[in-house]
Amino acid sequence: MKFWLGALGIALVAAGVAMSGINEYFFFAAFVVLTFVVLATAWNILGGYAGYVNFGTSAFFGAGAYAAVVLFQWLGAPLPAQIAAGAAMGALLGFGVGVMTLRLRGIFFAIATVAVVFIMETLMINWRYVGGATGLQLQRPEVMAPFATYARMLFFFLTLMAIGAVAIARYIQTSWIGRGLRAIRDSEEAAEANGVPTLRLKLVACVVSGALMGAAGAPMPMYLSFIEPASTFSLNWAIGALAAPMIGGTIHWLGPVLGAIVLASLQQIVTVTISGEINVLVVGVLLVLFVVLAPDGILGLFKRWLKRSSR
Amino acid sequence: MAEALLQVSGVSKRFGGFTALSEVSLAIAPGERFGLIGPNGSGKTTLINCISGLLRNDAGTIVFDRKEISGLAAYRRTRLGIARSFQVPRPFHTMTVLENLLVPSAYVIHLKDSEGEERAMEILRGMGLADKARLNASQLSQVELRKLELARAMAARPRLLISDEAMAGLAGTEVDEVLKILFDLNAQGITIIMIEHIMQAVMRFSQRVVCLDAGKIICEGAPAEIVKNADVQRAYLGA
Repeated sequence: MKFWLGALGIALVAAGVAMSGINEYFFFAAFVVLTFVVLATAWNILGGYAGYVNFGTSAFFGAGAYAAVVLFQWLGAPLPAQIAAGAAMGALLGFGVGVMTLRLRGIFFAIATVAVVFIMETLMINWRYVGGATGLQLQRPEVMAPFATYARMLFFFLTLMAIGAVAIARYIQTSWIGRGLRAIRDSEEAAEANGVPTLRLKLVACVVSGALMGAAGAPMPMYLSFIEPASTFSLNWAIGALAAPMIGGTIHWLGPVLGAIVLASLQQIVTVTISGEINVLVVGVLLVLFVVLAPDGILGLFKRWLKRSSR
Repeated sequence: MAEALLQVSGVSKRFGGFTALSEVSLAIAPGERFGLIGPNGSGKTTLINCISGLLRNDAGTIVFDRKEISGLAAYRRTRLGIARSFQVPRPFHTMTVLENLLVPSAYVIHLKDSEGEERAMEILRGMGLADKARLNASQLSQVELRKLELARAMAARPRLLISDEAMAGLAGTEVDEVLKILFDLNAQGITIIMIEHIMQAVMRFSQRVVCLDAGKIICEGAPAEIVKNADVQRAYLGA
């Protein structure tokens, strides 16, 4: 109940902000931050809850982006339909990749997911309809009322998407599925011996996670008015999606949200004030610091602090 | 003998060129206390991995409660009533002791958490772990971890419990504690297969013992006969 009131509050505030007179740049930056919130939340469902590290976020993100472009080129579909197509494509890819790779454990699974990125990128480079290697310029449609600009509309949609993603992650975490995934992370053999259908559960997590990543990718072409394979399948998406939960904390749905907001905001600030190259360094430095000093992330630090102050 | 609860017939398992089990057959009656012994590497754990489903046997059949199970995934066998403990304890270490038991109670017998918790606490009380229920599993001592393995297996409400060296490395009084738990469970009607190196414990516990050596059954009988058997003595002592 409290969660849903909070979600409603955030949605209303986002709507208010989107219709206010705030500088347009804010929406450009916030769009990227929110994209990372969705990606990190999605990543955490498989990577955090079940302990299966996915290095291939970019593949799912890109699949969603290209699904949106195809639908837009073909039918001129509106943004919500593009997002739905992106989610469907991500889910499909999640199922395919899951069936093929989820029997692999640990590092072998991680390596297999990297391969998926290269496969997807190569496929898109060789597909003329979506622009091939040179990419495709896209003409944005008219912005929908009541939004004044397209960036503001994207910002609002992304806020809703982030709320939806977090709600799904939270449901999974607190339901019986979440307990099964935790059991898998702690000991897969013991989970199986205690009645957990491990393969099926991992597959569910992979499909849901993939769908959310695909959805996160769908608005990107409209945001840039452009799509091309190199930046769409950039490993930066994968690294951000995995770094944010590590920094925020992987046990709780709040972890990836906090991590993504901190990390992506910092990156935006560094991009503007220093340079677009150094922002990648920020991820690396923060990741190393957290892995070494606070392996349970911001949430872990907070919990430790609570314990100490209650003593 | 009454109809067997578990009937293993001609089960073989190879790892590459190494034959871990060759044509092992045994039958276990409902309610029986069954001991499985054998030197290190004789195939005891491989056999119970084949029975519980973590490994698939290459040949032979495994029939549990008149149902051929050797093609089933491990979680399905647990749902049919075969539970096991692990030789090296594998607790869900990020969960509390109580939550550990809620995994099988949710996934095997489909209880809601409120009902599951009540049952889990009852099991923990029976094992003397009730005061540790809210502790993280990673905080338990070695003997407590062994008990947790058994408690978690019990939360699946099994008909057959396979205890894989639940007492290895424990001190004398601790061995007695675990042994008493197993006797109590058997008294409730649960069939138990005990794999053990501590001879005195297996011999006291089992009604019937089978000795494996190099993947073959070399001897089967009452504990007193087994101890006197020349093949068993050779397998253990190398004489």
